[in-house]
Amino acid sequence: MNKEKISKLKIGDEVLFSGIIYTARDQAHKKLIEAIKNKTKISLDLKGKIIYYCGPTKTPKGKAVGSCGPTTSSRMDGFTSELLRFGIAAIIGKGSRSDLTVKAIKENKAVYFLTYAGCGALLSKHVKKNKVVAYSDLGPEAIYELEVEDFPLIVGIDSKGRNIYGKK
Amino acid sequence: MKIIKAQKIKALVSELCLKANFDLRPDVLQGLNASLSGEKNKRAKEILKAIIDNAKIAKKDKLAICQDTGLPCVFVELGQNVKIEGNFYKAINAGIEEGYKKGFLRNSIIRDPIKRGKSGYSPVVIHTDIVGGNKIKITVLPKGFGCENKTRLLMFKPTADIQALKEFIIEAVRLAGPDACPPYVIGVGIGGNADYACFLAKKALLKPVVSHRQTAVSKLESELLKEINKLNIGPMGLGGKTTALAVNIETYPTHIAGLPVCVNLSCHALRSATAIL
Repeated sequence: MNKEKISKLKIGDEVLFSGIIYTARDQAHKKLIEAIKNKTKISLDLKGKIIYYCGPTKTPKGKAVGSCGPTTSSRMDGFTSELLRFGIAAIIGKGSRSDLTVKAIKENKAVYFLTYAGCGALLSKHVKKNKVVAYSDLGPEAIYELEVEDFPLIVGIDSKGRNIYGKK
Repeated sequence: MKIIKAQKIKALVSELCLKANFDLRPDVLQGLNASLSGEKNKRAKEILKAIIDNAKIAKKDKLAICQDTGLPCVFVELGQNVKIEGNFYKAINAGIEEGYKKGFLRNSIIRDPIKRGKSGYSPVVIHTDIVGGNKIKITVLPKGFGCENKTRLLMFKPTADIQALKEFIIEAVRLAGPDACPPYVIGVGIGGNADYACFLAKKALLKPVVSHRQTAVSKLESELLKEINKLNIGPMGLGGKTTALAVNIETYPTHIAGLPVCVNLSCHALRSATAIL
């Protein structure tokens, strides 16, 4: 998922993504932003990475991951501009975003994807591996690295700042 | 007087957690299937199919229907001729702990709402109603918080007309928009006081999604559903006529000075399981 590929995506496009994505939700965002502000080291390099707003269930025995659908994106709006400036390339979540987030996505030539909301069991079938890579004390809110295959995405806000949900 | 051991309640609650989280309610599934056959929008159909597939996978593979396994809400109807041996509420919370651990469900509960900190499985929210008879009816409703966050309460004037109530309920859905996993089931509580209206709105989610009710409020329910499905929010908020599967209303007597109305939305993953001891 490089800048060139992102620039070609437009709202409504359906994408099947294979590669690595990183989960982060409310508390992980709070910690990441604090770390960026205080210039403390973050245990993983987020530049160019894809953030997935998700807190999976525990991994059942013999499965690659538990149920792992998206959580409500708008709760992360207050943190998103900063993370985009820091260099994350793309975000996966569900639902609408604030005007400020739309603007930041455009300015940073990033992309916001939607994925099937409330379909955590179905989405788990597209995950090959999972491991916690940061903030393990946060439990389900830790940052998990997910290796995904053909993970279904819909472009919600493209790098030109077009929004699938229209203007607010 | 019938004696029921707390241990038995714990075991039952544990089972209900698994059933509720893995096995989508038949009435919800029926509602989704009916919406799919009535939906014209291509993308809406695609998403509804994914939602139905998700339920099938969850059931078959014993995976949580949704990763947000909720802040479980437990509704108890306790027969007044039952004597419980042991600690009732402890048994319920222990049953939740056991079921959630067994099912690899998510530990989403924060003990201190202000300081936050590590999350666990309990305590849950328990509503107990004392009824006649010598049985205990227990329902576990694992309510996700994406939709819980969209709850709205308004204390209307007693002279408010029905149109104002309808507009408030529709507005609650419009405000939730694409964010809380539509198609929704809309729980509405009308009457009581502020807290009781909220309780009723949640309790309304336990009523069947597909029904042929002929009650005083059923006309209002179907009128609201019709209006809400014209909002073109649709599955995932990407358009279509399936914005809600049902509007379920519960009412209660209220005060001459007021008319409380609460809207408690459920996402399409409306999960609950009930059993009687």
